[in-house]
Amino acid sequence: MKIRYFAWVRERVGKPEEDIDVPPGVDTVAELIAWLSSRGEEYAYAFDNPKVIRAAIDHTHVKPDAAIKSAGEIAFFPPMTGG
Amino acid sequence: MAISSTVRLQRKPFDAAAEAAKLTRGRSDIGALVSFTGVCRDNEQGEPIAALTLEHYPGMAEAEIERHVNEACARWPLLGVTVVHRHGRIVPGEDIVLVITASSHREAAFAAAEFLMDYLKTRAPFWKQVEKSGGTSWVEAKVSDDRAAERWKAVGRDAAE
Repeated sequence: MKIRYFAWVRERVGKPEEDIDVPPGVDTVAELIAWLSSRGEEYAYAFDNPKVIRAAIDHTHVKPDAAIKSAGEIAFFPPMTGG
Repeated sequence: MAISSTVRLQRKPFDAAAEAAKLTRGRSDIGALVSFTGVCRDNEQGEPIAALTLEHYPGMAEAEIERHVNEACARWPLLGVTVVHRHGRIVPGEDIVLVITASSHREAAFAAAEFLMDYLKTRAPFWKQVEKSGGTSWVEAKVSDDRAAERWKAVGRDAAE
């Protein structure tokens, strides 16, 4: 599964994207965030306040309880500040 | 005539007048044209800034703007919509974003332009990084922008018509 990071989430994780094998039992966006946070201190730092993290699956905004099973690409980023 | 809609992301500056002319060229059914340009200010909360750098999520940014253009077209009787959003480094005085809406009457054009800007601010995947003398920092999302986008939900489709 391809994971992408943007803005300060990207800076904290230290990379713009990566391909990862998600272990069984990690079924939702919130569970993926919790699992990523356990992978190292850069992830723990990026996701230390999961409430502010926004997620998208295949270019569409999703909520933390969204299922990740059929996702091709999942992105994590801070609240948007465009316009 | 069909709705003409353009969504474009680009690094280079845009020409708002030329974009408006493109939207109205060859047609006489448009009675109202609203053009909004977002410009890079020289300060953030009173502190001088050197530049903004806009990061975006290629693919999703276009898709998300298209979704909101479609939503605007479903809510108001629009004849044309143009959205141009820049990314990369932008210095004070330069334009950042352009929203143009065309309709037979002004109410729809004004409302749709405001709706699109409110959603661009809160839902389109762009992030502003600001350069100041002390270094760079990410612009924090504003609660007032979230509230501005929220009120369109309360308005709903029926009330907008």
